[in-house]
Amino acid sequence: MTPRSRLQFFTRRLPLLAATTSLLIGSVALAAEVNLYTSREPKLVEPLLAAFSTDTGVKVNTVFVKDGLLERVRAEGAQSPADVLMTVDIGNLLDLVDAGVTQPVRSNVLDAAIPANLRATDGQWFTLSLRDRVAYVAKDLDVQTFNYEDLADPHWKGKVCIRSGQHPYNTALIAAMIAHDGVKATEQWLRGVKANLGRADTGGDRDVARDILGGICDVGIANAYYAGHMKNAAPGSDARRWGDAIRVIRPTFKNSQGTHVNISGASVARHAPHRTEAVQLLEYLVSDKAQSLYAQANYEYPVKPGVKLDPTVKSFGPLHIDTLPLTEIARHRKQASELVDRAGLGQ
Amino acid sequence: MAAAALAVLSPVLALIGQATQGAGTHWGHLLQFVLPGVVGQTLLLLAGVGLLATALGVGGAWLVTAYDFPGRAVLSWGLLLPLSVPTYIVAYAYLDILHPIGPVQETVRALLGYSSPREFRLPDLRSLPGAIVLLAFVLYPYVYLTTRSMFANQAAHLIEAAHLLGHGPWATFRRVALPMARPAIAVGLCLVLLETLNDIGASEFLGIQTLTVAVYTTWVTRSDLAGAAQIALVTLALVTIVIAVERHGRRRLRYTSGRRGAPIHRRRLHGPAGWLATALGLAPIVVGFVAPAGYLLALALERVGAGQLPSPALLHAGGQTLAVSAVATIATLGIGLIVVWSRRIMHHAPDWLRGVPRLATLGYALPGTVLAIGLLFPLMAMERGLSLLREASGLDPTGLILLGTPAALTLAYVIRFLTIPVGTLEAGLDRIPPSFEQAARLLGENIHGTLRRVHLPLLRPALAASALLVFVDAMKELSATLLLRPMNFDTLATWLYAEAARGTYEEGAIAALGIVAAGLIPVIILARLLDRPAS
Repeated sequence: MTPRSRLQFFTRRLPLLAATTSLLIGSVALAAEVNLYTSREPKLVEPLLAAFSTDTGVKVNTVFVKDGLLERVRAEGAQSPADVLMTVDIGNLLDLVDAGVTQPVRSNVLDAAIPANLRATDGQWFTLSLRDRVAYVAKDLDVQTFNYEDLADPHWKGKVCIRSGQHPYNTALIAAMIAHDGVKATEQWLRGVKANLGRADTGGDRDVARDILGGICDVGIANAYYAGHMKNAAPGSDARRWGDAIRVIRPTFKNSQGTHVNISGASVARHAPHRTEAVQLLEYLVSDKAQSLYAQANYEYPVKPGVKLDPTVKSFGPLHIDTLPLTEIARHRKQASELVDRAGLGQ
Repeated sequence: MAAAALAVLSPVLALIGQATQGAGTHWGHLLQFVLPGVVGQTLLLLAGVGLLATALGVGGAWLVTAYDFPGRAVLSWGLLLPLSVPTYIVAYAYLDILHPIGPVQETVRALLGYSSPREFRLPDLRSLPGAIVLLAFVLYPYVYLTTRSMFANQAAHLIEAAHLLGHGPWATFRRVALPMARPAIAVGLCLVLLETLNDIGASEFLGIQTLTVAVYTTWVTRSDLAGAAQIALVTLALVTIVIAVERHGRRRLRYTSGRRGAPIHRRRLHGPAGWLATALGLAPIVVGFVAPAGYLLALALERVGAGQLPSPALLHAGGQTLAVSAVATIATLGIGLIVVWSRRIMHHAPDWLRGVPRLATLGYALPGTVLAIGLLFPLMAMERGLSLLREASGLDPTGLILLGTPAALTLAYVIRFLTIPVGTLEAGLDRIPPSFEQAARLLGENIHGTLRRVHLPLLRPALAASALLVFVDAMKELSATLLLRPMNFDTLATWLYAEAARGTYEEGAIAALGIVAAGLIPVIILARLLDRPAS
């Protein structure tokens, strides 16, 4: 067989192959289903989705798209099978809304469960859980209170660990600081943080705890739920050792009494083929059951007031959420990212 | 061939379209605050990885080709092993192994009598030198592989002539073997540099800011796709220039030798010299493969010991990985062969058409996610076309055929990895003298018969080498896979990534080991082919 005919041999069978594969991966239509595009770690939401399917009989198909969720949905256009779009950063969620790939949803259930400042007034997006950005401090250090601004204090020279300054978790925090303290003070702060770094700003949030145990740093900023995971990891495991090496303090900005919080949230896709099931899924995710799953399986903070907290999360102390509107944080995000460059983080 | 060119070009054209949407106001900021640092760091990283990987790859290839010593047979395929481990996995494993609370430093502290890392610790791996060493020890097999197949098939009479003329082993290597292997080294080195440039995972772990990381920041953090497309295109232009300069440098050189001799007679090294050679050959394997893979194995065994067996879903992901990688490999090789062969037989075609194989490099020069983003637009145009076709033939026109199945993913792999067979096969073809096909044609063979009966057998090592590289690369590919896969579809790499994103990387040890294990099979097959010169 010549290469050309070999190629034809292959291409002629491509549709067949595609059809077989799609059968194998189970995209065959069932009675009721809903398609979820998410930039969040699938394993974290899987228990919730499994509970939803069991309780409602609606099958959930997922694709986890890390970067480019917006681009994919936008390119797919009216043919997109996406019903629900879920992200872990308010900026990414608002990008979807701004690009016009979402649609408004009116739901008394959602409105009743989610405080008004944590959802769009026009129903374009909804917060599903809160993720507070806290300080991890070496267990034996005598530090009781902490401001985000303290991270630039020369007292911590060579003792600070953070993940990349450009990571959305950090740019959101920096954006909030711009809103509170102004651009100049924030840039100064970033220079101070850079001077204090014990290692390159890299890795993940859990590395802050690991590097505190490794003596590379004494303090760092990370999301609280990672501490929840580590402190509840199997006794004797590495993660448990890292979690046990730190204490969690909920810092506040000097100008406010609030702790910086980012969200995981979702919208209904503009061309959702299963709109009813999409709304049903969102409503399920803010039900008492799902919200306590968020808290207890994932150590996130429930968005619905009054849901019982996980004991570890509770032990971090009361959470006073920064009153800054989420839209204000999203508005300063680009500026925050540019300040990170100006301060020379990552270089 | 035109279709292949169009496919490879389509994401680039889409990116150009994107780039023109932006104002370009970010360039002032980039020039002042980002590029000076990032360009410097990128160049140092490329230079360091390139030099070290070439030294390891060429050195290893020559060692096992020209000398005989204890363990040579094992080393000759063992040197390929680091290929099976993705850079991001190696980076992760070494962060663990060399961390102040990891096994190495704990042992060092115990020996020196320190009790806490606060009293004594070694320099952090998360640095430029750390990244250079790590990437070079994982990527050198690209050079080793291309160079080794060149050495293995090189006419031994040239080497022997050099010996007869009084050259010692070193002079023979430097003045005969090395110049002859130059095209192969160039192909391998190009792959190493492109891999380094496009690496996101390992660089991110190690805190190295490359141009690719700058593209990411502009796009993901600042939601500026147009700006990111502009930076990506500048990077692409730089890569293209570098490749063109390299090709220009060897445009007048011919690398054919009309005679095929017996395989090289390996020089037997006895005693300490033999053992030194064993140690030299072993070092890259231990650093690039045994240590990280052994570490993963230990983690995985720990998991299994705790009762956590590979789940059916993980095994399913493994099957999907093998299937999609195999299909992509066959398609990429087939198209690569057509492209290279067409160029060979089109003596009289205009230059621009003969230049089409150069385009194949573009897919590899773009970061995976950027390529995938660029590919989205042509993919959707095809989806619309397919939808119209189905409507015309009375079928249900709704739903996505390409993005709804692994077809889009396969296409992305073909575009991304096409440069591997094109580069390798071109280097292979260059060594087959035109007189071979002239003879075949005189004896009455047509063009296709010549390809089948003369060239393909001679190209077998090059074909095998590119098949291995494409397969292993497709299996390891993560960023384009994350963006273009259909719903409910996992590969081992995305599985592992999900574990990492969840912050439970060690639980991904089984998936990581799966990638390594699946990569081992083609490595071993290839090694057998390598040791058996084409006849």
